[in-house]
Amino acid sequence: MKLRTVEEKLFQLLMIAATILIVTSLVVILVTVLVKGLPALRLSMITQIPKGGFYLGKEGGILNAILGSFYLAGGATILAILISLPIVIYFNVYASKGSVFVNLCRFSLDVLWGVPSIVFGAFGFTIMLFFGLRASLLGGIIAVALLILPVMSRAMDEVVKMVPRDLLNASYSLGATRLETSVKVVVRQALPGILTAVLIAFGRGIGDAASVIFTAGFTDAIPTSLMRPAATLPLAIFFQLGTPFPEVQERAYASALVLTIMILVISIVSRILTRSFTKHVIK
Amino acid sequence: MHLIRGLQDKLARISMLALALFAGLLVFLMAFGLFLRSRPILDSIPLMELLLSSSWHPLKGEFGLFPFLTGTVWVTGVSIVIAVPFSLLCAMYLAEYAPVSIREWVKPLVDLLAGIPSVVYGICGVLIIIPLIKDHLAPLFGSFSTGYSVLAGGVVLAVMVFPIIIHVCLEVFASVPYEVREASLALGATRWQTTKKVVLRKAMPGILAAFVLGLSRAFGETMAVLMVAGNVARVPRSLLDPAYPLPALIANNYGEMMSVPLYDSALLLASLLLLVVVLFFNVLSRLVLIRIERGIQ
Repeated sequence: MKLRTVEEKLFQLLMIAATILIVTSLVVILVTVLVKGLPALRLSMITQIPKGGFYLGKEGGILNAILGSFYLAGGATILAILISLPIVIYFNVYASKGSVFVNLCRFSLDVLWGVPSIVFGAFGFTIMLFFGLRASLLGGIIAVALLILPVMSRAMDEVVKMVPRDLLNASYSLGATRLETSVKVVVRQALPGILTAVLIAFGRGIGDAASVIFTAGFTDAIPTSLMRPAATLPLAIFFQLGTPFPEVQERAYASALVLTIMILVISIVSRILTRSFTKHVIK
Repeated sequence: MHLIRGLQDKLARISMLALALFAGLLVFLMAFGLFLRSRPILDSIPLMELLLSSSWHPLKGEFGLFPFLTGTVWVTGVSIVIAVPFSLLCAMYLAEYAPVSIREWVKPLVDLLAGIPSVVYGICGVLIIIPLIKDHLAPLFGSFSTGYSVLAGGVVLAVMVFPIIIHVCLEVFASVPYEVREASLALGATRWQTTKKVVLRKAMPGILAAFVLGLSRAFGETMAVLMVAGNVARVPRSLLDPAYPLPALIANNYGEMMSVPLYDSALLLASLLLLVVVLFFNVLSRLVLIRIERGIQ
């Protein structure tokens, strides 16, 4: 009798300790980024491009990486929406219920979710070799779009699945085609969830470095066309942390802070979106 | 008018089907593309030699991947050994013990941990874990280490894997019917006994699937490992030795690979290996999880 109470207490203690440890690791990460990044984050840091080369030059900021990241993740997100929205509508509106093909596609997307981003980078690189492209914004956009495709389409799929069947039937009975029903009823009904999926995918895209290291390259300049290489925040962190100069390392810390703040904002906004919009959705 | 609407619908159907087909086949497309590009090296050097040779001298045309494979296995192994007990305990706490208020607070934090980019993990590894190992842990064992080691890689990866294992475990625990717990508690078992002998046993396949998903994430994680593992192309002998995992090798050499013959082919073969291993793990654990999901409905 005594032993099992001791065991109960012991394991309860261990569980709480493990939970505290995991939450602490998050806090430690955030605090480290803040403590290192805040002193480095001056106005010139986010309004100027690095001067004298990103690896050696001690002046200037990270504007190239901030804008590059936005262009790249933004382009990739748009491309991924163009692919995943039709897929998700096909899964839930067009295909017959319990279709084997749809289930296989879902399974394939789930598996794709687990594929490491470096493999997407390598695959993007083989596509670029095939088309004779050099490291460029376009190459990066393609690789990142493929990387976030599974995240986005599976997250959209989960919300579109929830749209009540009766709503679709009501639309059909008024004479609407499936396409009209999809665009005017399904997408509108699931819009908050779709936006959340888009945000999550954007966050994944903007934070990823391994998929763009081959495909987008790195540069001091702000990209002026799709064929130019583009700098990204994660790579700005990676490259500039490796230099022996404290001034250059500061740029890495500032990039880390900017990136982390973006991720935080995205995560909070998507949470608010889910909460406040689901109130008005017909259930 | 009617005809046009019908036609639009047909067109939309076909293009959507085509996109769905593309997404479904993307995995195979990736494997095929990488395979085509790694053909040149597979044609000139037998696969077994590539996998088991330790000599990595691209300029001499020697591409032994063995040090990198062992590096990956070491780092992944360490991370899983650390991550499994902590994340399982945390998931058990959140699912079985914690009051709703705590659960609702901790879950978003765990999700946030999953969203942090891997380079940020890398930075924290460099700033915190590396000095810790170099100045405190290595002297404790009377050995020297730069800090950039298997252990550092393992610790950083473990933190990255926590949220994945916890997330999947929570879903699996939620799939265990509540009545089973009540029956056990009614028989006089304590909460821990119920958790250990009833919930854990019932959830075991799903928990294993969660571990395997975590494992495959650690296996392919690139940037964080690249920043802390040391990147020395030798087979590591201890936890404090540097390692050079496969993903780090790929990411580190993109610059020079086009100027050395067969180098690009060797790196793309390495990516193909990663893809195949991760696919195997993922398919396995997803199949288990689908079974569990069907069980509830």
